[in-house]
Amino acid sequence: MRHDFEGPMIRVVDLVSHYGERLILNHVSLDVGAGETMVILGGSGAGKSTLLRHIIRLERPTSGHVYIRDQDACCLSEERFNLLRAKMGMLFQSAALFNSMTVEENVALPLRELTHLEDSTIRIMTRMKLELVGLGGVEDYMPSELSGGMKKRAGLARALAMDPDILLFDEPSAGLDPITAAGIDSLILKLKHAFMMTIVVVTHEMASAFVIADRITVMHHGEVIAIGTPDEIRANPHPRVQQFLNRTPEIETAEAPAYLRPPEGRPS
Amino acid sequence: MTGVLAFIGRNTLQLVRYLDGLYDLTEKSAYWTFVAPLKGRGLKWGGAVHQMVLAGVNSIPIVSLISLFIGIILALQGAYQLQKFGAAYYVTALVGVSMTRELGPLITAIVIAGRSGSAFAAEIGTMKVAEEIDALEAMGLNSVKYLVVPKYLAMLVMMPCLTLISDLAGILGGGLFEIWQLDQSYFTFLFATRDALVMRDIWTGLIKSLIFALIITKVGCYEGFSVQGGAEGVGKATTSSVVVSIFLIIFADVVFTALFYYTA
Repeated sequence: MRHDFEGPMIRVVDLVSHYGERLILNHVSLDVGAGETMVILGGSGAGKSTLLRHIIRLERPTSGHVYIRDQDACCLSEERFNLLRAKMGMLFQSAALFNSMTVEENVALPLRELTHLEDSTIRIMTRMKLELVGLGGVEDYMPSELSGGMKKRAGLARALAMDPDILLFDEPSAGLDPITAAGIDSLILKLKHAFMMTIVVVTHEMASAFVIADRITVMHHGEVIAIGTPDEIRANPHPRVQQFLNRTPEIETAEAPAYLRPPEGRPS
Repeated sequence: MTGVLAFIGRNTLQLVRYLDGLYDLTEKSAYWTFVAPLKGRGLKWGGAVHQMVLAGVNSIPIVSLISLFIGIILALQGAYQLQKFGAAYYVTALVGVSMTRELGPLITAIVIAGRSGSAFAAEIGTMKVAEEIDALEAMGLNSVKYLVVPKYLAMLVMMPCLTLISDLAGILGGGLFEIWQLDQSYFTFLFATRDALVMRDIWTGLIKSLIFALIITKVGCYEGFSVQGGAEGVGKATTSSVVVSIFLIIFADVVFTALFYYTA
């Protein structure tokens, strides 16, 4: 695939982020190449979802930069960044379907609002996206009538509506049974191979991470502790990485207070 | 002593932050309501009409009924005093002027703050909790444009209408009492009302209603956007949207009533 820019699709440079006084991301740097599937792995509170939210600019960093297609997200106006967002899709943890609209209206919303396509074209495209994620025939259901897995699929169809080339997944298998979760995984693989999409997946599911990843980033307490291919990660000697791989429980008892402790050196 | 100072400081900071947030939201919604359409960015009229039905048309029964009762109460209380001076005729004027200048807009605003302001907070708050606001933003759609502007448009159109309905219902309520209990004829009531009212009474009331519409929408939506946590956060936001908007409504009422009094 040819691009009008050099360098990686997504580049995160030295990103620092705070939630109130608490340090969430501590100098995180990361590249995701075009067509690559990057899985961000880490425990709860490691800051991986926050990193994902920074990539699509739902959060503003304390310092550092996020480049999407070589454009600095921090310095673009909202209008300019929305042009980039139109080519990015995000599947939220709770799928985030609009509860007041049917599944079809949900998927059609970005097309209705951001393009000038005819209604009939939009209808056809909506059905195609729903077929793609295996949800043909539920167009007229309300999101509340769907199961968890179906909601995720519908959310994915909406994320795919604008034919994005960057897809972000926040915990795609959270709250799903293993079979449904595996179904979502194979859907991600299908998208990757069929459309050459650049995919970032945030998860704590080891099994699915190793199935879908080209490269894996392991995060702990807001810091990147390892980046590499699945094999490199398996061989990584870092105790945290090994602890994660072997599912060893936490030894330190002071975990919660440390997590809640205000960070040092908050620039203000 | 330092404790007291810290308390005052903390609360002042909180207030400043709140007002800053309100101002920020007002600025954004003003942009998306008045400036963006001129730049060809469009307005959500469909959403606005939907909101007009929800917040406006559906409120007509409750607003009229409450105003009718208030009109009767005003007439009763007025007659109680005025009859002592043999001035029962002026009850009509009393009801007419107080409804149009003051109680019509105020009662409408309080009912709508409780009915629609809280609904705005709950709707936006629930969407915030369910990541729907994030989803909108992630699609590149502006959440203020999609959620707040239709509500502003609806409220700015519907509040004056509801206020007029409230004025009428209140005057009618007063009239019912005057005709049945004070033995006025229907025509005396009509003429007395016409003589008592001047246009200024009505339009000052309508200006107030526009200000109240801004307050209710602004506070309701802001509370919704600032929801933290889950269902409990939505509950808190809903409650405080009603409390804060009623407070601000009455505060604005004092300011504007004084303004109209001194510029008369």
